[in-house]
Amino acid sequence: MPSSTIDYVPSPRRAAAIVAAKTTAELSRRLRFGGGTALPGLVAERLDPGIVPALASRLGQGNVLVTGTNGKTTTSRLLRSIVEAAGLAPVANREGSNMMRGVAAALAEAADWNGRIDRPKKRIGIFEVDEATMPLVARAVRPRAITFTNLFRDQLDRYGEVETVATIWREAVSTLPEDVTLALNADDPAVAALREHARGQVVLYGLDDVAQATGEIEHAADARWCTKCGAELEYDAVFYGHIGHWRCLSCGNARPTPDVRVTAIEQTAHGPRLTISGSELKVNVHLGQPGTYNVYNALAAAATASALGFGSSAIGPGLLNATAAFGRQEIFTIDGRDVHVILAKNPAGLNQVLRTLPDDELNLALFLNDDIADGRDISWIWDVDFELLAGRVRSVNASGRRARDMALRLKYAGIPEKPGVANDIATALRKAIKLTPEDGALYAIPTYTAMLEVRNVLGKWAGRGKFWEGDAK
Amino acid sequence: MKLRLAHLYPKLMNIYGDRGNIICLRRRCEWRGIEFELTELDAGSPFDGDAYDMVFIGGAQDREQRRVADDLLHLKGAPLRAAVERGLVVLAVCGGYQLAGHFYRGADGDELPGLGILDLHTVHPGPSEKRFIGNVVVDWNGQQLVGFENHGGRTYLGPDAKPFARVVTGFGNNGSDGFEGAIYRNVFGSYLHGSLLPKNPAFADHLIALALGEDTLALLDDAVENAAHAEAVRLATKRRIMRVGGR
Repeated sequence: MPSSTIDYVPSPRRAAAIVAAKTTAELSRRLRFGGGTALPGLVAERLDPGIVPALASRLGQGNVLVTGTNGKTTTSRLLRSIVEAAGLAPVANREGSNMMRGVAAALAEAADWNGRIDRPKKRIGIFEVDEATMPLVARAVRPRAITFTNLFRDQLDRYGEVETVATIWREAVSTLPEDVTLALNADDPAVAALREHARGQVVLYGLDDVAQATGEIEHAADARWCTKCGAELEYDAVFYGHIGHWRCLSCGNARPTPDVRVTAIEQTAHGPRLTISGSELKVNVHLGQPGTYNVYNALAAAATASALGFGSSAIGPGLLNATAAFGRQEIFTIDGRDVHVILAKNPAGLNQVLRTLPDDELNLALFLNDDIADGRDISWIWDVDFELLAGRVRSVNASGRRARDMALRLKYAGIPEKPGVANDIATALRKAIKLTPEDGALYAIPTYTAMLEVRNVLGKWAGRGKFWEGDAK
Repeated sequence: MKLRLAHLYPKLMNIYGDRGNIICLRRRCEWRGIEFELTELDAGSPFDGDAYDMVFIGGAQDREQRRVADDLLHLKGAPLRAAVERGLVVLAVCGGYQLAGHFYRGADGDELPGLGILDLHTVHPGPSEKRFIGNVVVDWNGQQLVGFENHGGRTYLGPDAKPFARVVTGFGNNGSDGFEGAIYRNVFGSYLHGSLLPKNPAFADHLIALALGEDTLALLDDAVENAAHAEAVRLATKRRIMRVGGR
């Protein structure tokens, strides 16, 4: 419900919180604290714990949350682009700043000092939220819809177990108000299982085109057991990880028929072209990025948008505009070399990235950090199929705080090229760019905190602004 | 020469990058010209006590651990216990280590019976108690081993199990007695993953030599291994253990 701007009297505390958040954001940008992504929200929340519910309720078009292990950022961006194509102005948290404080920061930034939001009827909140924080944010913002992307092993040092997240989701979903719509990935058994606990509308999305199946289930697959009876699931098609057309031979549980589907994918030299169909939706869109995981991100965004009442005329152009923007954000041209930056922070994500790389003559730079935001435990690199790279590498560098663990992993993957090793990210990038032939491509694959630094360094070298300046609001 | 390794429950117990241990054993055999034969035995496959030189069992989530316990007790238990008494080399990590003991009492108080090849038991003190999470350095026979631990259960050794190592930094078995892991005959149990073996090549070679009945193995160039070991030890001892996340 949009609140009118006349009857609203801000509390001094709330005004102080908003002003403090805005000041902190400005200060940390000037002091180059990495875009000021978390601190302003932290400050605002400390001063006024009610700030998120209060400001979120002023967005006339309501709020949408996107959660899941992989694809949160991209799916949110696509969704943002779709609502923009429909003439709305989204309020969104910045990439990866997906705890309550990131949501608080975005809302404080969208408000003026006394808590008013400009053009409230046109505003819609689109927030990516951390898997474990989702219930807390959902209580605070009362979303219209929540999109679940997938559930993979990730940051086990923080969550304990994959099952812990599944349990948190089940409990949250079963207590959500009935007016919350869930967009669920039918092809991920752990996400699809949430439909049994939902109290409101459920929109299932899935990939129907079995020509995209890869065959074997990966080593890092997690949800390969039936959520109902515990038997091992059978797959008619595996698209990646444990995502695919699954069924349980023991109890009859199976992939539900999706409401919104990718019916066909045509692979082109410039990325896949998809046909997405739903009861009131038909779009044919060219994604600028390869990889089945990007197909799912587009599908999740389209399914959510469709459930929210957006039509093909917004969804098609929205997806198209957003993928064009990715290119600018993820490729830096330095000394005639195209440096592609691809975030990968868990086995399922990195396995997907490895499968989208060109076939040979690869120039690679891998960045492994073990900050809290990356996960302190780097064991997961042993679950990644680096063996896929053997015989395809031209040059490789390992960097980040755990550079030597990465170098060790590559040695045991049977990659004969000896990696350059440097903890310092700029040093490693410089070396990797030098080793890449002119007009060639370098693939820089960092974990989350390393990515911030990689983009920062490349942004400077490419003579452009800092990465956060290009980030849409 | 050939090393025959049985990997128990690769589908159910593979949560913390434990595959690295298998990859490490394979490569270190192959680089020495030792044939390496891997057999994956999941739930439902019987265990032939004479068919293997070494057994590996990794970590799992609580839910999967229950499925494994059932199979372990009723199908694989007896031949595995007999083979252990004959000197079979076993490496059990994390959840596998807990299952090698007499029982695991979960946070809900339910008791999960274990294999009992190690004289120990494990108790989860309840969901409000902190998990032991972080980098670990231990002293094993005068050498440092490094890894990462992540376990809610506290493990207590009985008289027939010897501690595997002494904690230098980290929590180890129970966070109070200063020990990590357990040994009985050629059975090694430990909470260390990371994966354990690649960064600790001396221990990997110790297992290979034991399994093959060799006194010494051909030397390998371990520069990359040693560099990773040194970096991990440095980070673990410098930063100590992080507080456990969650609210």
